[in-house]
Amino acid sequence: MSKFKKKKDGGLPPISTASLPDIVFMLLFFFMVATVIKENNLLIENKLPSADQIEKLDKKNPVSYIYIGKPSANYVDKYGSEARIQLNDKYAGVEDIAPFIAAERAALREELLPKLTIALKVDSEANMGLVSDVKQELRKVNALKINYTTRKGDAVASAQN
Amino acid sequence: MAKRSAPEVNAGSMADIAFLLLIFFLVTTDIATDSGLNRKLPPMIEDVTPPKIKERNIFQLNVNRNNQIFLKSGGEEKIIELKDLRATAVKFLDNGGGIGKDACDGCQGAKNPESSDNFEKAIISLSNDRLTKYETYIAVQNEIIAAYNTLRDREFIKRYPGMGMSFVEANERYLDPQTSPSEQEDLKDKLEAIKILIPQKFSEAETKSN
Repeated sequence: MSKFKKKKDGGLPPISTASLPDIVFMLLFFFMVATVIKENNLLIENKLPSADQIEKLDKKNPVSYIYIGKPSANYVDKYGSEARIQLNDKYAGVEDIAPFIAAERAALREELLPKLTIALKVDSEANMGLVSDVKQELRKVNALKINYTTRKGDAVASAQN
Repeated sequence: MAKRSAPEVNAGSMADIAFLLLIFFLVTTDIATDSGLNRKLPPMIEDVTPPKIKERNIFQLNVNRNNQIFLKSGGEEKIIELKDLRATAVKFLDNGGGIGKDACDGCQGAKNPESSDNFEKAIISLSNDRLTKYETYIAVQNEIIAAYNTLRDREFIKRYPGMGMSFVEANERYLDPQTSPSEQEDLKDKLEAIKILIPQKFSEAETKSN
């Protein structure tokens, strides 16, 4: 003759997972928005060096990318392990830089031409010889605004080991 | 006929579908690294007679194939550690040894007559070997820019104390697309003034091959 109902015995109530899809969707949207579809399929290793005096590339201005590094593992057999230049989706030589810049310029509206920035994405293991050759080529075609793309980090510490 | 309520759609698998999409985007994402050191290459001009520059105004750096840095400045030559480079470069730029019309406006250095005259005259020159590692080269470039930024920050704060920000911060704000155009104009003038006061006189010799 208990007046009070006996409480349900033991056992935790099941956790509601109804909000799980919402949480996952939130993450999903974040990644969808933050994703930049890769412009180029990299054929080379590209571990950028670090620096801390960096400036953001102005997205309003056109940017062309030149990649330098040694061929990635799949291509070492074919192309050796010496650092190479990659333009668009294929390996290139120093002599291909001038036509590449000309093609990039041809695709731009005229008022943007002087604002074209060349971003050099160079592997930290590469030698300066090739980089200097590329810079010389860029000077020849008068593409003088360059940006050494780097990660943010301590340059001194990373260069010493 | 009796009204039937629509059966509830089972949404249990929604989470799975969302996870699938999430994992796809996680894998394909590469967060863009679009920042770096901005530099300007010198234009190709043939047959120019190099201007006469007093040796004390040149801070000559040479990075060899073993990634060691040689410094030639004020008549002495030595190997310098990367970590000391920034402070040494600041000391050189900030020396202000000039007298008369070369006197430096704003320098707080030692006024050593064997070192640079003023910001305008001081030149940093960098040369490197073909076998120098790119990482070292970037580190050296970074330290040189850092030296200039240190001085520009100092002068910016001295000249515009009301702004409450340094040169680097002001520059960042200027480049930020969310800053209003009127503020950008204002910042631009101030940034330009400091850039004229402390110009980045930086010269790069063509790479030696040997």
